[in-house]
Amino acid sequence: MSADAALTGAEVLLRALKDQGVEVIFGYPGGAVLPIYDALFQQNAIRHVLVRHEQGAVHAAEGYARSTGKVGVVLVTSGPGATNAVTGLTDALMDSIPVVCLTGQVPTHLIGNDAFQEADTTGITRPATKHNYLVKRPEDLARAVHEAFYVARSGRPGPVVIDLPKDIVIGKAPYTPPASGHPSYRPQTEPDHGQIAKAIALLKQAKRPMIYTGGGVINAGPAASAALTQFVRSTGFPITNTLMGLGAYPASDPQFLGMLGMHGTYEANLAMHGCDVLLAIGARFDDRVTGRLNAFSQGSKKIHADIDPSSINKNVPVDVAIVGDAGRTLEALVAAWQADPTQSDRQALTTWWRQIDAWRAKESLKFTQDMKLGSIIKPQHAIRRLYELTRSVQKDIFITTEVGQHQMWAAQHFRFEQPNHWMTSGGLGTMGYGLPAAMGVQVAHPEALVIDIAGEASVLMNIQEMGTLAQYRLPVKVFILNNQYMGMVRQWQELLHGGRYSESYSAALPDFVKLADSFHAVGLRAESVDQLDDVIREMLTIDRAVIADIAVDPKENCFPMIPSGAAHNEMILGAEHEGEAAGITDEGLVLV
Amino acid sequence: MPDTTLRSATISVLVENEPGILARVVGLFSGRGYNIDSLTVAAVESGGARSRINIVTSGTEMVIEQIKAQLDRLVPVHRVADLSLEGPHIAREMALIKVAGVGEKRVEALRIADAFRARVIDATHESFVFELTGATDKLDAFIDLMRHLGLAEVSRTGVVAIARGVRTI
Repeated sequence: MSADAALTGAEVLLRALKDQGVEVIFGYPGGAVLPIYDALFQQNAIRHVLVRHEQGAVHAAEGYARSTGKVGVVLVTSGPGATNAVTGLTDALMDSIPVVCLTGQVPTHLIGNDAFQEADTTGITRPATKHNYLVKRPEDLARAVHEAFYVARSGRPGPVVIDLPKDIVIGKAPYTPPASGHPSYRPQTEPDHGQIAKAIALLKQAKRPMIYTGGGVINAGPAASAALTQFVRSTGFPITNTLMGLGAYPASDPQFLGMLGMHGTYEANLAMHGCDVLLAIGARFDDRVTGRLNAFSQGSKKIHADIDPSSINKNVPVDVAIVGDAGRTLEALVAAWQADPTQSDRQALTTWWRQIDAWRAKESLKFTQDMKLGSIIKPQHAIRRLYELTRSVQKDIFITTEVGQHQMWAAQHFRFEQPNHWMTSGGLGTMGYGLPAAMGVQVAHPEALVIDIAGEASVLMNIQEMGTLAQYRLPVKVFILNNQYMGMVRQWQELLHGGRYSESYSAALPDFVKLADSFHAVGLRAESVDQLDDVIREMLTIDRAVIADIAVDPKENCFPMIPSGAAHNEMILGAEHEGEAAGITDEGLVLV
Repeated sequence: MPDTTLRSATISVLVENEPGILARVVGLFSGRGYNIDSLTVAAVESGGARSRINIVTSGTEMVIEQIKAQLDRLVPVHRVADLSLEGPHIAREMALIKVAGVGEKRVEALRIADAFRARVIDATHESFVFELTGATDKLDAFIDLMRHLGLAEVSRTGVVAIARGVRTI
C-alpha cells in the first residue's frame, strides 16, 4: 500500500477539496464534524469562514460561487446543521448555483437509530439538491467528493450534498485523484448545428425579433455574456434580461429594454408580447416572466436554447429547441449569423424599434421624488442615488439583495454592466439571502465594494451574520430601505385583499444604528431626502461593515406590475400613469 | 392551444444501482405531480451494477416529454426509453390471484382460468391461487371475471417491458 493509506477520512476529504481547487469553506462545527474541523485546524491550504447559522453558510457559498464562477463549499454538522442548510440548498437548486455541501452524519452503525443529532439528510435533501451522496465505505469517500464537484459545476449547475458519517472521517481511507468524466451524467454542451441553422433562418426573416436571456448566460461564464453582446449588436435586435440574467448584457446599451416579467419594464413586456420571433437563451419561461401562459407571446415563433432539456417545452411549447451550453450556443449563433448571406429585414426592424421607442417613452419606471427639505425618501430614489454616487468609486461593485419590493426596485433602478456582479434570490425568493450572500462575495473579493440592498424585514432573517462580518472584517454595506412593512406583502394586500394589512406591519423594529454598533459595525440613518446623499457618501468612505438605515415611504408600491393571472399587455403602471390599470381576475387571485 | 389529449406511456429507465435511486425516481413523480400507473424495478446486470425501472404513466404529450427529460437529468440515470413511442414493444405483468369458494363457482373459476391459460399454483378445498402472465388488460379482464366467483386477493408485479426486435435500451 502507498503512503496514502495512512490518511484519515477527514484528511482524504481535505486533500480532495484541495485538488478540486477549493480555497474557502463556509461552515459551522458540531459533534459529527469535529474530526473534519480537527483536520482543518492542522492545515493552511483551505480557509474556513465561521458563519452564525448554517443557512447563512449556504447563501455565502452561493454569493462566492456567483461572483467567481467557482463552486462554493459548505461544511455543517449532522441533524440541525443539515436541516438548517436546506433553505440555502433549495435556493441554490432553483437558481442553478454550484455548491458542494458537506454534512456530518452519525456513525454508520447508528444510522437509523434516532441517534443524537441524527437526521435522514440524504432523504431530506434529495428534492433540495441536484444530487446527494451518503458515504458508507471509506473507499468511496474521495470518489464521492470528486464526483460531487463534477456534478455541481457541469451541465445546469446546482447544489450537491455529501453526507459523511463520523466513523468514515475518523477511520483510514484511501485517496484517489479526480477522474475525468462520469459513467452516467454527461450533459450535452455542444449545440446541434442543424438546430442553430434553423434558428438563424427564423431570425433572419424576423420582422419583430426579441431576445430574452436568463441566468444560464451568466452561469456559462463571462465569455458567454461577451458573445451575447456581440450577437445582439450584430443583429441590431432588442434584448431583455430576466432577474437572474441581469448583467449579461450592458444595461446602458440602447438595445437593452430592461428587465422583463412581473415587475419588468413596459417596453420589455410589450416587446415580448408583440414579437414575431423570440430567442430565449438560458432562461426558463417561469411564471414571473410569462404572466398568463395562454396569452404569452402568442404570435411568435420561439427558439429556446438551454443546457437542461427539461427546461425546454416545459411551460411554453417552442419551435426550435437547442440543447447546449449558452456560451457555445451564442458563439455558434454569432458565426452562423455572419456566415449566412441572407439579409435580415432592416426596414421591418426600424419600424419595430420605432414601436419599442414609443413604449419606452412611457417611462414605466418613473416616480416622483419631492426634493423639499424634510421630504420622505422614495425607495426608487434611494437606489438611483446609490447607483449614481457609486459611479465614482474606483472599485469593483457587487450588489446583493434580500427579497421583496427593494429587490425589484434594485433590479429596475441599479444598472448592471457586467455579469457576476448581481446576486439575488430569484427562483426560491428567499428572504434573508442578501446579507450572507454579500458576505460570500466579499470573502471572494476583499477589495471590492459589496452592497446588500435590503428590506428591514428580510435582513432580520439572517441578521446574525453581522457577527461574521465583524469577525472577518468584511466591509459589507447593508443598505436598508426601511418602510416598516413587508412591503411586497403589503402591496399585494392593498391590490388584492382589500387593503387588509394582515400581519405585514413590523411593530417594534430594532434600532438598526444601535444594532450595527453592537455588532462592531457602523450604523447610519437617513430620515429625509436631504440626508440621503450624505449617508450614502459616508457609507462609501467607511472601510468597515455599515448598516445604512434609510427610512422610505411605507406606502410606495412597486410598478409596473403584471398582476397575477394577467398577460404582458395587461400591466399596471404607477400613479404617474393613472387610468391605465388592468383588473385582477379570480383565477389570478389563486396564483402567487 | 396546447394539446390536452392524454396518452399512456411505458418508459424504461436504465439506472446505476445505487442506494436511493428508486426514492429519487418516485420522489420526482410525486414532487412534480406526475402519475405512476405501474412501476417495477430490478437489477438487470450480473453483479447488480445497473437496474431497470419500468414505469407506466399517463399525461399530455408535453407532460410525458417533461417526465422523460426530468428522468434523464437524474445523475445516476444512464438511459431513458419511451417504449410506446420508439417502436413496437412487448409489455407483460404477472399476477397471483386468490379465489375462494366451493361448488359451481369453483368449477367456473377453474374453467375461465383454463381459457386464460392461468396456472393453478396453490389449491385447497376452498381456494385456488392462479398465476397469470400477460398484458395488463388481459389481467384486468381475468380479475374482473373472478369478482363474481369469489375473488379474495390479488398480487400483481406491475409492468415489465422491452422493445421488439434487435433494438436495446
